[in-house]
Amino acid sequence: MTSRLRIDDGPLPALMGLAGIAALLLLIEGLISVGLLNPFIVPKPSQVIGSFYRVVVEENVLERFVLTIKECLFAVALVTIVGVSIGVLLHRVSLLRQATETWVAAFASAPVVLMYPLFLVMFGRSALTIVMMGFAAGLPPVILKTIEGLSSTRRVLLAVGQSFKLTPRQMFWKIQLPSSLPAIFVGLKLGLIFALINIVGVEFLINFGGLGQLINDLAERYDLPGTYAAISFVVVVSVGFFMIAERAERWLIR
Amino acid sequence: MSVLPLPKAQAAADPILAVDDIVMEFPTPDGVVKALDHVSLSVRAGEFLSVIGPSGCGKSTLFNIVGGLQRGYQGRVSIGGEAVEGPHPAIGMVFQEESTFPWRTVLQNVEFPLEISGVAKARRQEMARRFIAMVGLGGFENRYPAELSGGMKQRVAIARTLAFEPKILLMDEPFASLDEQTRLLLGDKVLQIQQELQQTTLLITHNITEAVQLSDRILVMTYRPGRVKRILDIDLPRPRTSETIGSEAFGRFVAQLWSDLRDEATRGMDEQQELMRNAGRGP
Repeated sequence: MTSRLRIDDGPLPALMGLAGIAALLLLIEGLISVGLLNPFIVPKPSQVIGSFYRVVVEENVLERFVLTIKECLFAVALVTIVGVSIGVLLHRVSLLRQATETWVAAFASAPVVLMYPLFLVMFGRSALTIVMMGFAAGLPPVILKTIEGLSSTRRVLLAVGQSFKLTPRQMFWKIQLPSSLPAIFVGLKLGLIFALINIVGVEFLINFGGLGQLINDLAERYDLPGTYAAISFVVVVSVGFFMIAERAERWLIR
Repeated sequence: MSVLPLPKAQAAADPILAVDDIVMEFPTPDGVVKALDHVSLSVRAGEFLSVIGPSGCGKSTLFNIVGGLQRGYQGRVSIGGEAVEGPHPAIGMVFQEESTFPWRTVLQNVEFPLEISGVAKARRQEMARRFIAMVGLGGFENRYPAELSGGMKQRVAIARTLAFEPKILLMDEPFASLDEQTRLLLGDKVLQIQQELQQTTLLITHNITEAVQLSDRILVMTYRPGRVKRILDIDLPRPRTSETIGSEAFGRFVAQLWSDLRDEATRGMDEQQELMRNAGRGP
């Protein structure tokens, strides 16, 4: 009997990832320098890096950064609570699931961001509109993956639960939910991506709030290095949330 | 060696588990299939009874019925005279498929039934450690199932069921997915545990060697519909180990069992081939 070996490559994968990004930036820098990319459309990465300090100091980035993160946190919290609950409900009530699952799947691929005028009417030009847009966009994958996770609980695990005479409540909390966590986390990560895209997109469209508004402002001033620097901050938010989600997943699932 | 023709109900002394006249039919697109046909057996306290038969003889259906997981059958299952209407606290089940909880450590897996019963944490950990040691996994308490081999995972499942402290241990081909050497060594472990706890055990298996190695009695089933063909008393001396399989008496029991099973297995294979041929012809 052998125990499975754990392969730990240390910081190598992360370093390789960073090296890959650096290589890509160098390539873009080179392509712009030799005239293959138009510098009036894509600024040089060195110019973007050079504009970071200016954007941070002059454009109040920290406050905008925090605002976008807060909107994301609220949206993700709502998506998690409501999405998982609806997923559980649809898994339990077969008729409801059959009646709505296709619609939920269709909604997942809908360009939700185009519904922003409707949300503006409902919630006004406020952070609530942005959060609700992020919530609406992030909801479908969480619902669908929760249903998938619960449905794919291995029958033998349910049989083990039955043999120990678990109540339906115990069966859910002790077996079905933990067993479906990997699928639910896939849904949450997708929901996070959809929510962030829509949050920044709506901030951009309604010129309100955090990093999306900053991107709008800088783009309208035709400050391309600044615009790309602001976009980099959005990437930082996305990477940060993703890392937190991955850590939470590892902690919960092992 | 003694070969007994089976009466309708076993006249066993003080059976702790009695299965009386079970009939189970399943509706299929090709009509009703009778899986079990008037099956009766009884298990005495502390006894190790194996049920052996070819694929398709209804062994797993019988396992599910005795475990209370299958309804819709005719007949009666009782434990100490009390009818079994569903999963019963006196029965602990070990399944053929790998059934550990991957999100729990070995210790947390084995603690599981005690946690459900509301046993205090310190007490249940102490009990769980005892059963983990009993199945030979001391030192692996904090490992996750993904870090264990197939045989170790199955031992965790056995320890988890034993922690439930069932009167009857019901096992459905628990070593089926393991290699032959691991299977023999785990057989030793099960024998050791069974002797230590005087655990009444009902084992469902298709493995002749395993059945002879472990059992006090072996019930041979026919191919579909599953009926009791005969019961063999295995009077090999105990304690037994995997070394017992080298003895002449062991070989005689294996030969006898194979002689009983060969016709059934051949019939099963022929019927399945016929079914496949018919399916291939189409409507």
